[in-house]
Amino acid sequence: MAPTTRTILICSGKGGVGKTTLTANLGIALGRQGIRTVVLDADFGLRNLDLLLGLENRIVYTAQEVLAESCRLDQALVKHKQEPNLALLPAGNPRMLEWLKPEDMQRIASMLAEQFDYVLIDCPAGIEDGFKNAVAAAKEAIVVTTPEVSAVRDADRVIGLLNTQGVSPIQLVLNRVRPKMMANQEMLAADDVTDILALPLLGLLLEDEQVIVSTNRGEPLTLTKSNSPAARGYANIARRLQGEDVPLMDPAKEGRGLRAKLWQLMQTKIF
Amino acid sequence: MAMTLRDILNKLLGRQPASATTARERLQLVLAHDRSDLSPELLEQMRREIFEVVAKYVEIDLEGGEVSLETEDRMTALVANLPIKRSIKPAANPPSKADESEDQEPSETKEAEESKESEAGESSD
Repeated sequence: MAPTTRTILICSGKGGVGKTTLTANLGIALGRQGIRTVVLDADFGLRNLDLLLGLENRIVYTAQEVLAESCRLDQALVKHKQEPNLALLPAGNPRMLEWLKPEDMQRIASMLAEQFDYVLIDCPAGIEDGFKNAVAAAKEAIVVTTPEVSAVRDADRVIGLLNTQGVSPIQLVLNRVRPKMMANQEMLAADDVTDILALPLLGLLLEDEQVIVSTNRGEPLTLTKSNSPAARGYANIARRLQGEDVPLMDPAKEGRGLRAKLWQLMQTKIF
Repeated sequence: MAMTLRDILNKLLGRQPASATTARERLQLVLAHDRSDLSPELLEQMRREIFEVVAKYVEIDLEGGEVSLETEDRMTALVANLPIKRSIKPAANPPSKADESEDQEPSETKEAEESKESEAGESSD
């Protein structure tokens, strides 16, 4: 039993903001630091974590069989070939949703906590039963959002629910940031989002085409030698989770030259 | 409300604010309501009742009055801005109205309703 195991829910409320991609990349990045990490796909309805990790063809058993005790936990865990410190516990059949209870997720999470230092739970979108089950298993949470009004509003809803469940700490990851639009004030600034949601910022990820390329291949960016902005962002988040003091990137300063400086002056808050 | 140089420039030139500013303002408003979990109808009812209670003690400018939800740091506050025209001389007990029975026991809301009905005529108190 590892008493220091961190069980972290990765959630967002809104779908399609990058929960699963973050889970996959964080899993690899933590594994690379030599940390025993497991990613748990709690999205039983629409599972995809296996696909993003390139492990879809290696699944034999799932969380369903583990809960039914028709297989041992280590039989269901799929170890990542290129990153042996990372394992995946795949989601079971969507029909599991009919009987799955919060206690079931808690049982799985505590089984995983005995073997791993980090348990990352990929939460389903929405705030219905699937979400509630996943929350029950988590101690802390990372809320992923994009700088869009709908994603921020949904994140706020989720944060409220996490607070009532006593999940703490809750940290924010701002995904799909477009520096140019932010500099032109045509996109909510990181400060705006953290002020509104009143959460500390764990990381900021730039919109990056390489993310799509890496999903196509089933190789998370953190696994490749990519030095793309998102790859750096994911690696930095993993380091911050480990307590390292890595300065946050300032998207407004991404631009160079006089024009960028002028924009910066224009968006300084004066009162 | 935070303002940037660009916001001020836009205002001076009569241009639309940057869309991020609009997004921020819209979010703050919608989240205040989401978080309070109050329907617009309930909020309106509460607003009316607050006005009625206050009107028992001071004469307020109903036109300029405003009750709204504001939010900061995940704390939602009910903010009432009720311009006072003048105070009504307090009676020994909560102000008894020109006509009404003051039996000590009428329910709060009933009392409020009564004061609303009579408030138009009592400005010369």
